[in-house]
Amino acid sequence: MLLVLEQCLNGLQLGLLLFLLAAGLTLVFGIMDLVNLAHGSLYMIGAYFAATFTALTGSFLAGALLALGATLLVGMSVEVVALRRLYGRDHLDHVLGTFGLILFFNELVRLIWGPAGLTVPLPDWLNTAVPVMPGLLYPTYRIAIIAMSLLVALLLYLLVMRTRLGMLIRAGASNREMVGALGVNIQLLYTLVFGLGAALAGLAGLMQAPILTVAIGMGENILILAFVVIIIGGIGSIRGAFIASILVGLADTLGRGFLPELFKLVVSPAAAAAAAPALSSMLIYLIMAAVLVLRPEGLFPAANR
Amino acid sequence: MTGLLDLRSLVVAALLVLLAALPLYTGLTGNQFLLSVFTRIVVLAIAAVSLNLIMGYGGMVSFGHAAYIGIGGYAVGILASEGVTSGLVQLPVALAVSALFALAVGALSLRTRGVYFIMITLAFAQMIYYVAVGLSRYGGDDGLTIYRRSQLAGVLDLSNKTVFYYFCLAWLAATVVLVWRLVNSRFGMVIRGARSNDRRMRAIGFPTFRYRLVCFVISGTLCGLSGALLANHTDFVSPAMMHWTRSGDLIVMVVLGGMGSLFGPLIGTVTLLVLEEALPVIIGLLAWPLLGAGAARAGEYWQLVLGPLLLLIVLYARGGIDGMLSGARRA
Repeated sequence: MLLVLEQCLNGLQLGLLLFLLAAGLTLVFGIMDLVNLAHGSLYMIGAYFAATFTALTGSFLAGALLALGATLLVGMSVEVVALRRLYGRDHLDHVLGTFGLILFFNELVRLIWGPAGLTVPLPDWLNTAVPVMPGLLYPTYRIAIIAMSLLVALLLYLLVMRTRLGMLIRAGASNREMVGALGVNIQLLYTLVFGLGAALAGLAGLMQAPILTVAIGMGENILILAFVVIIIGGIGSIRGAFIASILVGLADTLGRGFLPELFKLVVSPAAAAAAAPALSSMLIYLIMAAVLVLRPEGLFPAANR
Repeated sequence: MTGLLDLRSLVVAALLVLLAALPLYTGLTGNQFLLSVFTRIVVLAIAAVSLNLIMGYGGMVSFGHAAYIGIGGYAVGILASEGVTSGLVQLPVALAVSALFALAVGALSLRTRGVYFIMITLAFAQMIYYVAVGLSRYGGDDGLTIYRRSQLAGVLDLSNKTVFYYFCLAWLAATVVLVWRLVNSRFGMVIRGARSNDRRMRAIGFPTFRYRLVCFVISGTLCGLSGALLANHTDFVSPAMMHWTRSGDLIVMVVLGGMGSLFGPLIGTVTLLVLEEALPVIIGLLAWPLLGAGAARAGEYWQLVLGPLLLLIVLYARGGIDGMLSGARRA
């Protein structure tokens, strides 16, 4: 029972992290209609910046803040220099162009930081464990990730639903031309939205940095998961992205944790050992395929686009 | 096509002559590496041509075409490790399994459109990828070495590099001719019609779903052929050959060369793979006056040049290289 709870927390943490990535991706997709494969690169860059700035300042918090700002700047410059010219193009052009950006960023990171992975040490006050239930110790840092992500999700909700900027973002998602025609500086809005998405991706990257090794290509695998999330949730819907990311995070973690045991109840242990890991890796793709077959527009399609 | 002597026809003709005559050059100079690079190019060009059939003509963007390469490759690898080395068994099995998988994927995926279609094909490819990772009997993550290439009843010896190159080139030629005949047939007209306006095609009485499904299956089968040849070329299969980035590479080859043009994918494959080999050398030479002895190291960072190059091609050459050559805008 305790193990189930612990795995649920792990799943929640992965899900919330995915949400940070998926929120930016779905905003950029929903508003600018841009398929950004390079979103994972921003996640990677956030983690690398966190490693560098933490080493420079000696404080993880200061390093994280600086990394966040730096990723925001990188995101906005990429938008201004390159991606702005891709709006209104075919989705395939986006795939090709941003694929080029992935190559560029991976190579740039290798040039600047070298091919070896980096580690980010945690400060002592985060490197502890707290009892979340009698008998269950859970790392403080992971709880901090969960709390931080929930806070960011709440802020994002308030930003999108309660502010003027959020109103423009929602308006842009439902009818771009009309927003432009009403005299809104749509170019600036796009740059801001892209910067916001980049900062969220950077935040996800820098929060993962102390848990994983910071390495080249770390963005590519999680990018696919983030795409799965926004497809399940429905493109352009932040609410959908939130629910889908929790769903994907839990399904992936619990599947990996418990499918092998479940299989042993049904088939022989040898067969279970062979089949379960493959099936648990496949689980989220099965979910996505099932969702698309039953609801081709995702669970929460953004209203009549 | 305006005339036989326009720039685009000349480039295509030069490319075909180059591909046909390459083994003569490598045979004279003994440059086996170059022959190996071009065998890989020819094999992957088959996959790109097959992707172009559904993507360029049918408007179905499959982000999971690497799965068929993997299936074709594993069909050869698994049969070989079970002692069935006859190519007359291996190739038909590879094609049949690819076709069946494409039938299942297509039947489910073709209900969706646009980005959702891209993602659902990716999902199925990822499933197959993890199946391959889980095949512990056949090497799992580490892959499977193929000790004997497909045996063709003593007629052709595929372990001879030149023979194998021409074997692959013949398949590439057959694939291009098949695609050419297909897209200009009544069947191809329906597929292209369904891309421009599916509803209208249905309204005039074509069951477009069935046509598109058949087209999808043909494309998957041809891509499986590419996988079976690739496994023979590398003498090795592993899940890495169907990693999702391979699907991305295939899309890049097609878009780079020119979607919906017969020779576009071939041009794209040659360009991308030759750049992969040549850019490190070119950068090394260009950087020599600046960096001296460090120039060779600068060549290692060739992707720093390739990435922006791809972006520039997207931005300024609509319709890919083929579109640039013919000076035409993409339809």
